[in-house]
Amino acid sequence: MNVLSLAYKNLKRKKIRTALTVMGVAIAVGVLVSLMGFDRGYQAALTRDIDKMGYQLLVTAKGCPYEAATMMLKGGGGLRYMEEDIVKHIESDTRVDKLTPQLVATEYDPDRLDGQGGFVMYMGISDSYRDLKPWVTFKAGTWFSSLNADEAIMGYEAAELEQRAVGDKIFIPNINKVLTVVGIFDRTGTQDDGVVFLPLQTAQTLFDLPGQLTGIGIKLKDIHTIGEFEEDLYNVPGIQVISMAQVRGTILNLVASARVMANSVALIAIFIALIGVINTILMSVFERTQEIGVMKAIGASRLDVFKLIWMETLIICAAAGIIGNVIALVGSGVVEIILRKVLPYAPSGSLVLITPQFLASAFLGAIVLGILSGIYPAWRAASMIPVEAIRRGE
Amino acid sequence: MADIIINAKKLTKTYRLFAEDVHAVNGIDFSIEQGEFVSIMGASGSGKTTLLDMIGCLDRISSGRLEVLGRDVTTLRETELVKVRRGNIGFIFQDFSLISSLTALENVELALYFARSLPKKNNAQKMLEKVGLGKRIRHLPRQLSGGEQQRVAIARALATEPRLLLADEPTGHLDSDRSQEIFDVFNTLNREDGLTIVVTTHNQKLGLQAGRAIFLQDGCIVSKERSNLFN
Ligand SMILES: Nc1ncnc2c1ncn2[C@@H]1O[C@H](COP(=O)(O)OP(=O)(O)OP(=O)(O)O)[C@@H](O)[C@H]1O
Ligand SMILES: [Mg+2]
Repeated sequence: MNVLSLAYKNLKRKKIRTALTVMGVAIAVGVLVSLMGFDRGYQAALTRDIDKMGYQLLVTAKGCPYEAATMMLKGGGGLRYMEEDIVKHIESDTRVDKLTPQLVATEYDPDRLDGQGGFVMYMGISDSYRDLKPWVTFKAGTWFSSLNADEAIMGYEAAELEQRAVGDKIFIPNINKVLTVVGIFDRTGTQDDGVVFLPLQTAQTLFDLPGQLTGIGIKLKDIHTIGEFEEDLYNVPGIQVISMAQVRGTILNLVASARVMANSVALIAIFIALIGVINTILMSVFERTQEIGVMKAIGASRLDVFKLIWMETLIICAAAGIIGNVIALVGSGVVEIILRKVLPYAPSGSLVLITPQFLASAFLGAIVLGILSGIYPAWRAASMIPVEAIRRGE
Repeated sequence: MADIIINAKKLTKTYRLFAEDVHAVNGIDFSIEQGEFVSIMGASGSGKTTLLDMIGCLDRISSGRLEVLGRDVTTLRETELVKVRRGNIGFIFQDFSLISSLTALENVELALYFARSLPKKNNAQKMLEKVGLGKRIRHLPRQLSGGEQQRVAIARALATEPRLLLADEPTGHLDSDRSQEIFDVFNTLNREDGLTIVVTTHNQKLGLQAGRAIFLQDGCIVSKERSNLFN
């Protein structure tokens, strides 16, 4: 016989009520853990995405920077065009380490996805692409034989989706052009996986955009010169410079409002759960008025009664902490699917990153919740005067 | 001469109800010796329960003086009263008042736990056997008859080996045979173990089986008489 088993037996008496209260707190805990996981996961995924681009700055034709930022992360570069000459201008700058021009185009393919139709993204690139992204390796095949060959390299998923192998012919609809697949990239975990790459000049010819680019990715020798470098490019007409740090900030701003909303929901859920626990325990204290009086008559001190009721709230909240963690782990998949639909930009990789620290802190949080919400009911029970408690029960 | 276990002088309990004082117990003097079996009788509302609660240190007294088990409890607060009654005074109530989520055995053990005398854990089983419930120790209160529940309550009251057993209308909800059984248990405890027992009851026939009966009327003792039935 001890406080723990006594508290447990009391809770078992009203199984459904106890279960409902536990679930209320568990859901709140689950939501909280998922949100913390999202906070961490989203930033991590975004940073990873941006690091994998290989460049710190992107020069595009002038336009909406927000649009450009998201387009770029989705693999494009804002479908506005600028003159190729700018490359030479930038290249001459001594602060530049490497740079890569690209031309993005999309074509509608009615046969895609078993006849459902869909857009295919093509990107014209030059040899410098590999200098900037040295980690991109070939699953099969090799690089283009020349910068104007009728060849294509497919991103991992693009090849997977269309079941292409090296040596296959692919057909670009609307343009009626057939290209030979010479290589397939390994999976990079970025949007590039879904792209069909062409030699830059081939792309310019095919899409009838001679001497045009959609973007130039730039890697500086020293990241600290980024500010002045940007400043200088600001004066070049017709282009804009977007730094990756800026893109990251912009996207985090875009999701910030969603985060504030979600966090308030979590706070409200916790508040409601807290009230639920207090209500449940208080109700059961009042129902047991007579029993509490009897316990006092047979020797229970104020502290004994306080501990008993407190233990009951602790059990509820500890159980809820565990179940809440399970809910968060199981539910993070669902949350991820919903988030991908709702968010303005969803990086590749897992959006919800639930770490053991989150689980542990959520569990501790639930315990603290139990400690806090138990105080008042426990105090009420402890201060009952034995005779009154016994008589009122009669 | 035996020790005086309870000594009351001008003992009074006053309730204030709608700006009017109700003297539930109205300045009574009496004492109870170690080893006595005393019944308190009187009409409903005469103050029996109020008196028993004060004797049992469940309630504070309003005025007068009260000594229980050699301690002056006149001015003690609930936090101190609990220390006086814990383990020393056993209670039995009219409506059994067992904890419904606990088995018979656990109910008895609970008293040992609260009285800080868990080392006497074996007492729980022993006491249940003593009241004839050795085969029912795993039953929950709702799986026991009223008389059996009251016997569990007796076992619970006795497990801590108290010096004083107080029972408020212990037979109020029982038929006459079951009531007599309870009083038989009291008589045995009193005679064989020398336990001091104070019982309130409406039932004259039962009350007069005690060694002494105190009659209350409007909070005052109206006649004291020693009953010689069992001497
Ligand atoms: N908390 C209270 N507030 C006000 N008056 C009370 C309170 N408790 C008891 N009384 C009054 O004190 C008097 C004595 O009550 P008590 O319960 O002691 O009587 P009793 O002899 O035990 O009656 P019964 O045989 O019906 O149990 C009654 O008049 C009752 O109304
Ligand atoms: Mg009474």
